[in-house]
Amino acid sequence: MSDDTGVLRKTALFDEHVAHGARIVPFGGFEMPVQYGSVLKEHDAVRRRAGLFDLSHMAQYELRGDGVAAWADELTVNEVGTMAPLQARYNIFTNEAGGAHDDVLFYRLPDRWLLVVNAGNAEKMWPYLQAQAVGRAGVHLQSHHGSRALIAVQGPRALEILAPLCDVDIAAMKYYFCAEGSVDGAPAVIARTGYTGEDGFELFVEGEDATRLWRRLLECGAAHGLEPAGLGARDILRLEAGMPLYGHELEEDISPLAAGQRWAVKFRKPDFIGKAALVAQRDADDYDRIAGVALSGRVPARAGYPVFANGERVGEVKSASIAPSLGNTNIATVYVKKSAAEPGTKLAIEVRGTLHDATVVALPFYRRGDARKDG
Amino acid sequence: MANPADLLYTKDHEWAKIEGDVATIGITDYAQNSLGDIVYVELPRLGATVAEHASIGVVESVKAVSELFNPVAGEVVEINPLLETDPSAVNRDAFGEGWMYKVKLPSGAPPGLLSASDYEKLIAES
Repeated sequence: MSDDTGVLRKTALFDEHVAHGARIVPFGGFEMPVQYGSVLKEHDAVRRRAGLFDLSHMAQYELRGDGVAAWADELTVNEVGTMAPLQARYNIFTNEAGGAHDDVLFYRLPDRWLLVVNAGNAEKMWPYLQAQAVGRAGVHLQSHHGSRALIAVQGPRALEILAPLCDVDIAAMKYYFCAEGSVDGAPAVIARTGYTGEDGFELFVEGEDATRLWRRLLECGAAHGLEPAGLGARDILRLEAGMPLYGHELEEDISPLAAGQRWAVKFRKPDFIGKAALVAQRDADDYDRIAGVALSGRVPARAGYPVFANGERVGEVKSASIAPSLGNTNIATVYVKKSAAEPGTKLAIEVRGTLHDATVVALPFYRRGDARKDG
Repeated sequence: MANPADLLYTKDHEWAKIEGDVATIGITDYAQNSLGDIVYVELPRLGATVAEHASIGVVESVKAVSELFNPVAGEVVEINPLLETDPSAVNRDAFGEGWMYKVKLPSGAPPGLLSASDYEKLIAES
């Protein structure tokens, strides 16, 4: 996806990626590093040590005003108003049918909110948010998409790499909390969030500070095994950790319930867009849904491959990969009929005309710490 | 990595090493580097008759499925068993332990293959 001119944008760190030998691909309207060398080595660095990610393509919006929480609570499934100061929370903007416009993170700062949406949805979400804010008192939106950078340090050694550079006590920071401070002198929102299934931090900084900070982190992290990691590794990390990727496990016609994100849907909220549809979906409980599968063979599945149960087509693959954290077995998410989504169900995935066995397993595939137990 | 001068090449980035009436076939170092981490290789069956330029298998990297085109017509007489369990051998050593299969040629050297220097010109332009 790109803007109307079809021109891809570059993040502040583009030249750093090229200098590191990155393979650059279009993603969410930006030219992004998919890998620097080996995707599997970058994945391993994050699971066992730490990886450094440029996520500046993601859209950063600031929301200000005393009406923001109530406004956002009407548009999303999770609770915004109950967030504590400096808390971060996963949320999903829904349509009237209960499908997902986007999945996002809200960060509650002392005087404002930070909202991070998927790069690929920014062209949809920014006009949508602006339209929803028309006529609303106490809701002011500002986009910093492309001008601010987002750098993530993810992995078991992220804390020890980052702590000496921060002027706030990040060791005391709880998971899914954040702070305003500085990193190596650069003003930053420092958040203990991520999309890898590991401990880690995300640093929201000005674009002009990004290159210096990126280099400093690599320099300080070298002794801890920190390596730059691309979007290829990130996709495997999030899939193993059971985290949905918009456009795969979540879509305009795949609801938070269907995506297995029921935990994020707060039916106790008085009302929100799509609530009635989600209540009906929940009560009927016959909707197609996302399930995790383990493939028994060495043949990888790919998004879009057909899925069968007892000879009947029951759905399709949404994401798939080799899973280095699970002994290089093949895993996938599938979007299938309810009857085919129970753990233990035997399925078959069609790969180039041949059926391959797969078994439904509980998500997530991987939990933090699994990679380090085996050395 | 240099493309060995004793091999022949295709514009689809396969190589063939002709020894007598048998050709050993693989993909080039340039190809494995472009693909990235290779996680699965699907090869023709032993005994299959394969046509020149036919799509006879796939090489799958972490992110993509690529077709494998057969450079020389003949009968498949050997498959590299290592690739079944360790497809990353193609990344490590595309011209050596990462070889893919062997074809028995009907007669003579196959036409239409590129020398190492012609192949290097081709990848320099791509």
